[in-house]
Amino acid sequence: MLILECPYCGVMADETELAAGGEAHLKREGPGSSDADFEAYLFDRMNPKGVHFERWRHASGCGKWFHAARNTVTLEVYGTYSAQVSEPPKALVTAIKRKVPGWEGWM
Amino acid sequence: MSEAVSALAGATYDGYCKVSDAGPVGMVTLRGDLAAKGFGAAVKKATGCAVPGQGALTSAKGRRLAWMSPDELLLFCGYDEAGTLATALGAALAGQHALAVNVSDARVVLHLEGVGAREVMAKLTPADVSPEAFGPGQMRRTRLAQVAAAFHMPDAARFEIIAFRSVAAYVFELLSTAAQPGGEVGLFPAGE
Ligand SMILES: [Zn+2]
Repeated sequence: MLILECPYCGVMADETELAAGGEAHLKREGPGSSDADFEAYLFDRMNPKGVHFERWRHASGCGKWFHAARNTVTLEVYGTYSAQVSEPPKALVTAIKRKVPGWEGWM
Repeated sequence: MSEAVSALAGATYDGYCKVSDAGPVGMVTLRGDLAAKGFGAAVKKATGCAVPGQGALTSAKGRRLAWMSPDELLLFCGYDEAGTLATALGAALAGQHALAVNVSDARVVLHLEGVGAREVMAKLTPADVSPEAFGPGQMRRTRLAQVAAAFHMPDAARFEIIAFRSVAAYVFELLSTAAQPGGEVGLFPAGE
């Protein structure tokens, strides 16, 4: 069972009161983008074995979107953070690097 | 004006806890920047209640003000004063990016009371309702079985639950089934 702390409510929310929103920090390709870029935006996902950044929504709670960093193999949760950012907080990235020595790092 | 009726028209169930429809309750939803200058004072002036902190609930003058999200509060008040209070909030918050609406008929308010009330809730929600984690003065938005709901504790042996009106009968039956005699688990034996 996945349990994430909603950064807005400050409560530990069980997976069943959350809605998954897929990979985080995708760059939207809009009108005028190349077909290849648009296709990549729609379909290409990292799907990593290890550290992953995701979007989640506190669907049965405050209704807000937020971000989570977790490990898809160990299921360890590294942290959650605001939706209003385009990349993970530096402190969180540093903490993950310390915990996962082989991790290639953020982007 | 037609006569106002709550979603379940005062239905009750007596199990090892008592479940009851609270009848018509006034509710005003207030959205805005809770941290904005003058917001707290305006809300206090209009309702008597202080703006609650994250996950909390305040009360004054027989009204309750609950924290729903970083930009949303829900006022519980008398059914007949909800319209007036929504207007008063709107006036008090003039010039701010805020909106107050009378939503009294959008939701159902249910009461659950009895020695095993925490246990009945624990059967239905993933939220931690143990005495160590939850008590009077707190507001929790979560789910009950398959639908969104929120609750707080008016006192140590009672829960007040809100859910959308369209699922009122479902939530009432959930609580009633969970409170059926013979279903006692003894999860919080202190009587909490
Ligand atoms: Zn939340």
